[in-house]
Amino acid sequence: MRRPPWWPWAVWIFVLVPGPLVLTALVSDFVLGTRWLGSNPVKEGELLLGQWTIKYLVAALAITPVRYILGWNWLQKYRRTFGLAAFFYGLTHFLWYALVDIQLDSGQLAEDLTKRTYIIVGFTALLVMLPLALTSTRAAIARLRHRWVALHRLVYVVPVLGIVHWWMSVKADVGPPAFYSAVFALLLGWRWWHARRETSGHATTSPTRSAA
Amino acid sequence: MLIRPPVPPDLRSSEITPEALYLSRREWLTAAGLAVGAIAGATALLPRRSAAQQALGKPYGLQPDDKPTPWDDVTSYNNFYEFGTGKEDPAEQARGFRTRPWTVKVEGLVKKPGDYALEDFVKAGRVEDRIYRHRCVEAWSMVVPWRGIMLADVLKRAEPTPGATFVEFTTLYDPARMPGQRVPMLRWPYTEGLRLDEAMHPLTMLATGVYGRDLPNQNGAPLRLVVPWKYGFKGIKSIVRIRLTDRQPSTAWNDAAPDEYGFYSNVNPTVDHPRWSQAKERRIGEFLRRPTLMFNGYADQVASLYAGMDLRRNY
Repeated sequence: MRRPPWWPWAVWIFVLVPGPLVLTALVSDFVLGTRWLGSNPVKEGELLLGQWTIKYLVAALAITPVRYILGWNWLQKYRRTFGLAAFFYGLTHFLWYALVDIQLDSGQLAEDLTKRTYIIVGFTALLVMLPLALTSTRAAIARLRHRWVALHRLVYVVPVLGIVHWWMSVKADVGPPAFYSAVFALLLGWRWWHARRETSGHATTSPTRSAA
Repeated sequence: MLIRPPVPPDLRSSEITPEALYLSRREWLTAAGLAVGAIAGATALLPRRSAAQQALGKPYGLQPDDKPTPWDDVTSYNNFYEFGTGKEDPAEQARGFRTRPWTVKVEGLVKKPGDYALEDFVKAGRVEDRIYRHRCVEAWSMVVPWRGIMLADVLKRAEPTPGATFVEFTTLYDPARMPGQRVPMLRWPYTEGLRLDEAMHPLTMLATGVYGRDLPNQNGAPLRLVVPWKYGFKGIKSIVRIRLTDRQPSTAWNDAAPDEYGFYSNVNPTVDHPRWSQAKERRIGEFLRRPTLMFNGYADQVASLYAGMDLRRNY
């Protein structure tokens, strides 16, 4: 299938709309008394931003398998878009926690970042994404060459950290993190299977290889 | 020029509705009478009471800036896993839950055990309206105008034997009517427990209503426990059995995660949940966090129950 004409629009809406919407809803709920985010807008917004981070991560990691399986090579261009979206939503999720949720309570921030395992794990995921976001420019790719590929393999750690962070933060309802665990297991499992198949000489005609 | 709005900016319209909606004319008259009384002399328990608080019931342990949480929030932001794990699930999934007829069994170490129809069960005490602070273990809080009876009256009617030291409560077990019970995330049925002296404390209530009406299903209809100095999950909902015993009952959350949820679960800002601090709380409807008070603000009334106990170990 060739790229549908609406595709770029769909990507921009998918990436750019949720964040500002959540922020607008928070302001509206507290200033105008609306109930867009329910009874606890601070907590709800925080959860939504975290969940969107996971969704963009799924989108970024789904590109390569979908390209191989369906041959939609035009998707390649959007891998960076989704990867950067995951980073920015992860960053916003953290800033929301620090500024809106605990309201810059430095004592609690220090305690959380040293004592609470799920926060340490989540923060680590953000730190891992940082160098990937910084080296996402065309110039950085050209300069780093094969080291870029090696560096960007770090992306496979992010969903693992993200899921552990989410799973550890819930009280009893592990349904949603379990669902996304399965999705990531599928996406990473496909890569493992595909790499094994290629090394054992069953390589078929496939799209140009880069960091899968 | 700065134009001041006619209402204080922190007052949401949803805060005004419930009183207008749920107060009968008679209650308004009582409120007016009480308000006049309040001018004559405020009690030591509450330095300043608003007419709204007066109308909704007698305030216990409230701070001057504690305003009853709007009805919309009290009835849509609920933890009641029997009807789903999302906060807004219970209001949706419990909609068709039938709470009549309802039988409450009182048994165990009592001289007068019995099965009571709910209507007879509540005759043990005097139904009254009380406004309590409510602190969830998840670090959010509300101020709730409950209606109900003192648990002590129920226990006195049953006449505990000298050996009774604990009370165990059990929620209805009926997966057909409580869909959450088909998922084994907690040990069903939900159980809770109190030491007998905690259960006999005059602040401990069995609630049958909020805002002067029957309890909505999502709030634990038709009968739930309210222990205002403990975390909210101690307030077991849809109770069908009360059993007096001589050993500490096993309780649902303690059973699920013993290092996170203790048997006592007294509100304590100095003892953190392993995964988050309990020093502050977010009052539903407010943006800035409030400091959490020892025993949720009821220390004067209940601290003596725990004299000499290490509250860090007995969390």
